[in-house]
Amino acid sequence: MAYSQKVIDHYNNPRNVGSLDPKDESVGTGLVGAPECGDVMKLQIRVNEKTGIIEDAKFKTFGCGSAIASSSLATEMLKGKTIEEAEKIKNTELVQELNLPPVKIHCSVLAEDAIKAAIEDFKKKQAAKREKAQEALANAQTTL
Amino acid sequence: MALDKTSLDLSRPIYMDNNATTPMDPRVLEAMMPYFTEKFGNAASRNHAYGWEAEEAVEKAREQVAKAIGADAKEIIFTSGATESDNIALKGAVDMYAEKGNHIVTMLTEHKAVLDTCRRLEREGKATVTYLAPKRDGIVDLEQLEAAITDKTIMVAIMMANNEIGVIQPMAEIGEICRKHGVLFFTDAVQAVGKVPVDVNAMKIDVMAISGHKIYGPKGIGALYVRRKNPRVKLTGLIDGGGQERGMRSGTLNVPGIVGLGKALEIAIEEMPSEMKRLTYLRNKLKDGIMSQLEDCYINGSMESRLPGNLNISYAYVEGEGLLMGLKGLAVSSGSACTSASLEPSHVLKALGVGDELAHSSIRYGLGRFNTEEEVDYAIQITVEAVNRLREMSPLYEMAKAGIDLKTVQWNHH
Repeated sequence: MAYSQKVIDHYNNPRNVGSLDPKDESVGTGLVGAPECGDVMKLQIRVNEKTGIIEDAKFKTFGCGSAIASSSLATEMLKGKTIEEAEKIKNTELVQELNLPPVKIHCSVLAEDAIKAAIEDFKKKQAAKREKAQEALANAQTTL
Repeated sequence: MALDKTSLDLSRPIYMDNNATTPMDPRVLEAMMPYFTEKFGNAASRNHAYGWEAEEAVEKAREQVAKAIGADAKEIIFTSGATESDNIALKGAVDMYAEKGNHIVTMLTEHKAVLDTCRRLEREGKATVTYLAPKRDGIVDLEQLEAAITDKTIMVAIMMANNEIGVIQPMAEIGEICRKHGVLFFTDAVQAVGKVPVDVNAMKIDVMAISGHKIYGPKGIGALYVRRKNPRVKLTGLIDGGGQERGMRSGTLNVPGIVGLGKALEIAIEEMPSEMKRLTYLRNKLKDGIMSQLEDCYINGSMESRLPGNLNISYAYVEGEGLLMGLKGLAVSSGSACTSASLEPSHVLKALGVGDELAHSSIRYGLGRFNTEEEVDYAIQITVEAVNRLREMSPLYEMAKAGIDLKTVQWNHH
């Protein structure tokens, strides 16, 4: 199968390969797919907690060229977006941008799933952080 | 390792997929050429010189094929290729021996031409089929084979050498079991004939499929060996018509193709001793070169009983199609689902008990007559580079390095 120039470019020069500290409260991590299915994507975002803007995004992918390209492009699209904007990213945008053939659409779906999972993880961490802060506040009040 | 790349022609990928097909040997093409133009006769034309010279060429090729496998020329039938030969062998036997029984014993690692033919026979209610799983190294369990044979069994269908992992089955032992139980032994020997010694009598083979394009001959030509005595095997033909090839395969003979197949086998047999040695050396160099530089790679299939030019390795944490893209200077293939039309990983590797994740990570190298040591050095270098680069990009590699057991992770299957 011939790959599109854009897939080849992302495969040869992947953007934002790497990892962020998954324990950092400003980092959201999404890990989707399964080794036995032939694709696993790990996508991470670092969000400015004050502005809600995604300041950094990293990925690591086990998969074919289209899977690597989809996650690489996803990290590019995420940077600079707010969480709300990022939630609206659709796999069809990746399909269009990369000219993915029908048999490779699942790669873009997986990338969308990875984005959603990373955002969800970030939100969960923020909620836990708020809860903890409130608890601390309540504790402080009772001791007063 | 510094390589002088200037001496390698890298304008096209280096061809290392000789288990898929082989380039035609120029000596074969030369032998075929006259039979396209001036010697164009129909081998069935009995009343003029054009027919005679075509028939003569066909009979010479029949001798060449027979000699290559220790058979008699009368036992060779020309077909369009191994897929047709496999179909005639199985469907022809089921039809011809319906009174004796309807059971076939085969293996899960067979070529699709055998497996899909068996499945159709089952679907149509014409046969029942036992599919044996191989041992972990790809080799048949002879005790299991013998136990699978019933009084309804008419044929055992086990390939001589596997197209993906190159594993060679114990032919003589299988033949012995078949003889003992009065069951026909059919083998798809496409990958083996011309590469390793084959003798239909020593191996007690009754029916055997051969292909032209796996042995530096043309595509679109193959042969079927059908034993004529002890036992005399009869197969019902699939194609009706002029009754050529002892009635087992009607249709005007493909004279240039047949001449090419004969010549290809003649060359292969002549060069076999030195070529086996050369390819074994190159294949082992490829294996050692890769394995000494990369951790967590696994060889699929026995290294002891294997075709000289074949190597099949799974590179953990790296997906096969993604790896093929990184090996763009090499023409090789993968057992990854992404490279197959069915989106299923290799059925052969699955049958061996290789996990799906490692089946997705497999690369098959098929070295052949025209590969050089320099090309093998290049293949080692770019394989190591590509695997290392993709591992740096792989979340699985990162997790494994962090001491996480990937089998304990809850994956979300999609």
